[in-house]
Amino acid sequence: MTRPPLALVLPGLLAALTSIAPLAYLFDIASDRGLDFVWDEIWQQRTIELVARSLFLAASVSIVSVFISVPAAWLVTRGDIPFRSGWRVLLALPLAIPSYLAAFAWISWRPSLAGFTGAFVVLTLVTYPYVFLPVCAALSRLNPAIEEIAVIHGRGRSLQLILLAARQVRGSIATGALLVALYVLSDFGAVATMRYDAFTWVIYSSYRSGFNPSRAAILAIVLVLIALALLFGEKILRGQNESLLSARSVDANPRHRVSIKPVAIAFLSTIIVFALAFPIWRVVTWVYRYGSEDSMADIATALWHSVFFSGLAALATIQLALPIGILAGRYPSRSTTLLEQSTYVTHALPGIVIAISMVFLGVRLLEPIYLRTPLLVIAYVALFLPVAVGSIRSAAEQIPDSLDEVSRSLGLSQWGIVRRVTLPLLAPGLLSAGALVVLAGMKELPATMLLRPTGSETLATRLWTYTSVSDYAGAGPYALAIIVFVSIPTAIASRRL
Amino acid sequence: MPLTRSLKTKARRKAALAMASLTTLALLSLAACGGSETSENTQPASTTATSDANDPCETASGSLTVYSGRSEKLVADLFSQFSTDTDIDVEVRYGDSGELAGQILTEGNATPADVFFSQDAGALGAVSEAGLFIELEDSILNRVAAMYRSESNNWVGTSGRARVVLFNPTLVATPPTSIDELLDPQWKGKIGFAPTNASWQSFVTALRVLRGEDDARTWLEAFDANKPVAYEKNGAVRDAVNAGEVALGLVNHYYLYEKIAAEGAENVVAQNQYLPGDIGGLVNVAGIGALENSDNPEGSQCLASYLVSDSAQGFFVEKSFEYPLVDGLAPFDGLPTLEELDPPSIDLSDLQSIAETQELLNDVGLLSL
Repeated sequence: MTRPPLALVLPGLLAALTSIAPLAYLFDIASDRGLDFVWDEIWQQRTIELVARSLFLAASVSIVSVFISVPAAWLVTRGDIPFRSGWRVLLALPLAIPSYLAAFAWISWRPSLAGFTGAFVVLTLVTYPYVFLPVCAALSRLNPAIEEIAVIHGRGRSLQLILLAARQVRGSIATGALLVALYVLSDFGAVATMRYDAFTWVIYSSYRSGFNPSRAAILAIVLVLIALALLFGEKILRGQNESLLSARSVDANPRHRVSIKPVAIAFLSTIIVFALAFPIWRVVTWVYRYGSEDSMADIATALWHSVFFSGLAALATIQLALPIGILAGRYPSRSTTLLEQSTYVTHALPGIVIAISMVFLGVRLLEPIYLRTPLLVIAYVALFLPVAVGSIRSAAEQIPDSLDEVSRSLGLSQWGIVRRVTLPLLAPGLLSAGALVVLAGMKELPATMLLRPTGSETLATRLWTYTSVSDYAGAGPYALAIIVFVSIPTAIASRRL
Repeated sequence: MPLTRSLKTKARRKAALAMASLTTLALLSLAACGGSETSENTQPASTTATSDANDPCETASGSLTVYSGRSEKLVADLFSQFSTDTDIDVEVRYGDSGELAGQILTEGNATPADVFFSQDAGALGAVSEAGLFIELEDSILNRVAAMYRSESNNWVGTSGRARVVLFNPTLVATPPTSIDELLDPQWKGKIGFAPTNASWQSFVTALRVLRGEDDARTWLEAFDANKPVAYEKNGAVRDAVNAGEVALGLVNHYYLYEKIAAEGAENVVAQNQYLPGDIGGLVNVAGIGALENSDNPEGSQCLASYLVSDSAQGFFVEKSFEYPLVDGLAPFDGLPTLEELDPPSIDLSDLQSIAETQELLNDVGLLSL
């Protein structure tokens, strides 16, 4: 085992610290009324039911996402269907639809969807790309030799090949499923709109009233514990057989003949109709029918703020995610894994909790940047670090160890290897990490609401203001703008992965 | 597309109306809040709106940071008119009242806010109880009836809204006129409400304060047993009633008028049933308080006085169909007056105990959707 260079470890620690800082606030508030109170709150029937409901939702969405994503990813990377890369981009695009927008589109069409059904459908449709994208990435790097052997031995049917591929990329599947589960646990927009009584909803209510922060903090801590449990589960699932992947994308890889092509095309089309076409159709209808209430200048200003804040967040996040991603991907050990997984913790915290923590810490410790751009960017970093780390790590761990060994034998230092071998190979991973942060930042709502510089409205805050009063005329243009402009980073992320 | 065109015409007419009321506002407020010596001298004493001997705007200048729980769409024009009239720059942070109150409480004394303009009295009460407000000047407080301002003199109501039972006449011949009639089995599964809406929670708080914890719980349990239908927002409740999805909706009086203004009276079937003399007819207020740690206390007082001036009161009537809280001003066309509504008498500051209300709602199982 080689020791990671210190130049990576220090920034990595800093990044992990950024993610964990909000926890300090949570523990402070939670313990305000004594440990007995904490204990009583946790062991209440309503809390336990809450855990059960939230876990059930997270599990359902993750499982169905995997069953949608793996065949879809295989078809667009290994199957011989027409327009493979077109399908791939289209299938990733639902990432551009904010959960609250999708939920609003569905429930305003069929109010009876409210409850578990609606939350489940909407969250599956907006989160499955978190599985689809990493699986696509891994599949296109799959060593073709194994498949060739399988085909030679008569296992040429699509389903068998999909299962074989799935076994080889189960690490990526597990990572994706984990992200989906964490997303579901921390999502607020969809469960609120669909009126499903999940964790975030109860936490938000307690916080919003501002008068029962203890209960909210305690529930948030329970949520973190669940996230930790998920991380542990993912580690087991990920397994040790990632070595089957080859160094870089083998795009000239053989395509397999898909035995029932019309079924395959229908399958992919169905996903796109529900996840993408439906919300777009709704939004276009609103704009067509009601026009716009705000001027183009208002919309352009909001767009600029969205791009500006999330662009800065992408730059900052990559700076911090890079060391952790390389450490976890290239120098796997107990401590680097811990470092990486510490960043995942905040991913399970609802944005509203991070935001309030940042209000508390910001106004006291960082007063000069409070309610200014830098603090908002820090909040985004804390929120989106895991997304970027995950993307960089998967890219990093697919670089074969042999490259390091050869480089070392040619006289490169440890740092020189990082700089001259690892980083160049990571470039596509970095781009997609940046794109993922931009798209997440443009969709983000609660932290933006609380921490944005006063007077700087973004597309998301404007949209929320209007949808919260069911104002289609006001909401339409912002909804359309979000979908259109978030699609750009989404397309980049999906193509480069 | 005649519908589209008529909607657009309507929108234009609405805009024209807003412009007209803004112009009036500009003229009136020049007199009221201009702080110029000539207007002070020429103004007859009997019509002084806000220009008491110690007009807070007299010496105010600089800039203000306002946390506004009232929507930008509603009050942005008012703030920019204020800036024009007084030369005080206003930076407004818009958000949900509860969230902004939470933000102020979390920020504590370090809050950058000079003024908190809240959608409801409960949020003002919470900030008041945390000791973060400073007293308002008498000239401001005295404009508004004691019932609609803080007993500790540190916030004042700026406009009022009545709780009503919205009903769909095609489904209901005689709507209930008290909250106890809502418990009748004939309404099972037919009442829409918005469990997380601040106005609904304020009503429940009033129920607790006026009837006591036990009776409030009894009513809520009976209400829950009647299987009310939960919606996220009052607007959704209103639309559901109008569409006949539910027969009754527990909302504020102005939701109906918003829909009429947007879609035309001929396209709206729902009607308001007022609840005079009943707890269900609670009149809650939007209001304003000045933060103690403000670095522009004069500016804060000036803004508060501006919002209770005749012109601003007229603005709320025209734009949001709310009740003016200053004596002698008439409500929106055709609405019963506040006296006719005979709302339950309650110290609106008591509506701050939202935490207990939410705990009770949680226990009964009515808070979560």
